[in-house]
Amino acid sequence: MTSDVTGADGVRLRVHESGQHGAPTVVCVHGYPDDHTLWDGVATELAPRYHVVSYDVRGAGESGKPRGREAYRLDQLAQDLAAVINAVSPDRPVHLLAHDWGAVQAWHALTGPWLDGRICSYTSISGPCLDHAGHWFWARLRGPTPRALRELISQLVSSWYITFFQLPLLPELAWRSGLAQHALALADGATTPAVTDAVNGVQLYRANMFPRLAKPGPRHTDIPVQVLAPQRDPFVSRSLQTDIRRWVSNLAVRELPGGHWLPRTQPSTVARCTSELIDHAEGGPEARALRRARRSGPERKRFDDTLVVITGAGSGIGRATALEFAEHGAEVVATDIDQQSAERTAQLASTLGPTASAYLLDVSDGGAVEKFATLLREEHGIPDIVVNNAGIGVAGPFFNTTVAEWERLIDVNLWGVIHGCRVLGGLLVEGGAGGTIVNIASAAAYLPSRALPAYSTTKAAVLALSQCLRGELAGAGIGVVAICPGFVNTNIASTTRFVGRDTAQERATRQRATDLYRRRNFTARRAAQEILRAVERNSAIAPITVEAKVALLAARLTPGLLRALARTDITL
Amino acid sequence: MAAKTVADPADLVKFRELQQLAYVAAQAVAHTLEPGVTERQAARRLREYLIKRGVQDWFHTPFAWFGDRTAFRGFRTPLHFFPTARKLTENMPFILDCAPVRDGYMADIGYAGCLGTNRIFEQLMDDLAEHRALIVAKVNEGVPLRQIYRDVDALIGRQGYDNRHRVYPGRVIGHQISKVHSRLPRSIAAGFGIRSLQTLVGDLIVERMHHRSPLWADGAISDHPATPGLWAVEPHIAFRDVGVKFEEILVVTSSGSAYWLDDDLPHVRRWQRTAAA
Repeated sequence: MTSDVTGADGVRLRVHESGQHGAPTVVCVHGYPDDHTLWDGVATELAPRYHVVSYDVRGAGESGKPRGREAYRLDQLAQDLAAVINAVSPDRPVHLLAHDWGAVQAWHALTGPWLDGRICSYTSISGPCLDHAGHWFWARLRGPTPRALRELISQLVSSWYITFFQLPLLPELAWRSGLAQHALALADGATTPAVTDAVNGVQLYRANMFPRLAKPGPRHTDIPVQVLAPQRDPFVSRSLQTDIRRWVSNLAVRELPGGHWLPRTQPSTVARCTSELIDHAEGGPEARALRRARRSGPERKRFDDTLVVITGAGSGIGRATALEFAEHGAEVVATDIDQQSAERTAQLASTLGPTASAYLLDVSDGGAVEKFATLLREEHGIPDIVVNNAGIGVAGPFFNTTVAEWERLIDVNLWGVIHGCRVLGGLLVEGGAGGTIVNIASAAAYLPSRALPAYSTTKAAVLALSQCLRGELAGAGIGVVAICPGFVNTNIASTTRFVGRDTAQERATRQRATDLYRRRNFTARRAAQEILRAVERNSAIAPITVEAKVALLAARLTPGLLRALARTDITL
Repeated sequence: MAAKTVADPADLVKFRELQQLAYVAAQAVAHTLEPGVTERQAARRLREYLIKRGVQDWFHTPFAWFGDRTAFRGFRTPLHFFPTARKLTENMPFILDCAPVRDGYMADIGYAGCLGTNRIFEQLMDDLAEHRALIVAKVNEGVPLRQIYRDVDALIGRQGYDNRHRVYPGRVIGHQISKVHSRLPRSIAAGFGIRSLQTLVGDLIVERMHHRSPLWADGAISDHPATPGLWAVEPHIAFRDVGVKFEEILVVTSSGSAYWLDDDLPHVRRWQRTAAA
């Protein structure tokens, strides 16, 4: 539905409405050089549950295009916004969603006298309050620590065009000649604007930048605000957008993978984040991701409000990792092929942290993993961290390893990780908010040995998969971490199949291997602590024990030596 | 030298009485604990309580462990077992452990408690019940002590806990006890009563000749079914910085069957209450 609203100075504003009348109203404000169509994707996602309103701001799209710099001051833009809000929702406060210059004017309106009691929540993308930005600049100039200077210089470099827009005629010439369009096309998600819109909008910079940045005023708000800060925004640095706790009492900040035009490139992520804030502001429960984004309130643990899924969590490194995550605040979902041991892990995790849950899962069964993912999504939401840990051991000569043993090993150690990445990692991609996939490989992945040909093969594949996937998912803000533990004292030795030996010999070998692991005495808990650290650092490969680290170094520096050592039979 | 025969019923009554007294003492002292009390003060209270009630000597003097010391974190030498100036705080777990001797009879008990509430402590205490059932069942089956030790270890592993009895001298989960007969003066050396030590050393020598040990650990010397007599058994398990244990007398008859000397003990009553609820 389209209508016209009269804004400040009698300027006509073209307003578009969609979605459910009677539902909470979301007013979307676009930036420069865009028009209301920026919100098309987001509006489609929001329409089933909300009354969605977008409009062309003055100077853009089908709205009036007043001439002269004075008509583009933030005060006028704020009055336009107030006029739209009063027209589309006269009786009920609304929720704001704004991008770029839209966010700048929404901040100005929100912290000024025009919208008292009319706003319920505000989601801001890539557009700071100019007064906050002024304070941000001055604070860094007055206290020039190395970090402050770095932030300042990097923001000034990305803001070169702001200075350029202050020049007479040249900016207009750049748009009319098509040069500016070429430059803009380099940015992720940008579209080519109408030349008149682009030229009119230059006045935004000329009318507002200098006065607001030179003499910023104090602008506070107690309305719930969330800032969605794109990780690769070439124009607005994260610090400039998010370092605003002193002005905003109820602040959440989410750093999202993507560039400046998130509403166009990630509409469903923007819609989900926005609806989480709206639903909470309307009195609903606070979503986990929103809780994690809180920048106000009590001190937080390292993994508070993080959902972690772990396969093979019933024992060994899997259980220890589940417990370690729980102890640092994470909500753990423990899965194992042995339901009882998974339940035990969940029970222990619940004594350390938030409530944990357990599921039976055979990772080698792709269909089962898919069913589990559906259940997980329904009951717990989209995970933040997926740990593909489930694995088994087979040791002994290549020619004694039967086809059945190979198949079982590949099913669990490799297909298990593939299904985990494909299905559970797929949830992370779908969520659009980044995350981490942790694959437990092994030092055997890069340490050739005649003792573990089959096991090494599967683990080398896991390592290769992890590194390829890391490249593929970097753009989605998803880290892929390969863990190479080494000799960690778990039940892996006592459950390993030693081929080419009769039952008695196998039992004896197993006991010797178990004793060796016990004497090495590197606990699963220490391994788990290293895994948490690797997740925080987003390490590509994390060797855990000293022997795993030395072997990795040797594999890089003296692979010939390792190949020579591979001839010796280290199995006991 | 120690009596190697199985105690007669009259002796068993006396052993049970002393074990009851030791547990009552531990509970009474636990009741007096409050934030700020040190391990040394708690151990002294336990000693004074028992001396007032006729205890003349000790197999070992009372120990008190607070906080992460209940899990023996950072214990490297036997000196770490002795009570320290560690102060009790709200929601902190503790263990009181004492081995009084009265009229030649000996008890050796361990009592785990918590000031306030602690989720980990409650979970550990619930899970300790399985160990008590497992141990008596396996001894009854005539399983060698070394294997039972490993079975307990496996159970600890399944439960997701750490074995902490391996920190005790000799990694023992238990040791034989018997009546103390000695002409040596009553005195204490390194926390152990020298009369009791004399008894234990005597047992060690006699048993060694039979390729057995009065100490129950996971070494080759424990690769035999339980010798008839009385065993003080003390599985000690821990999770993170909380440890719990019980210690009480297991009776092994000359036919090799086994039973716990007394079921009327605080931890057993706790499990009965939980089962009833």
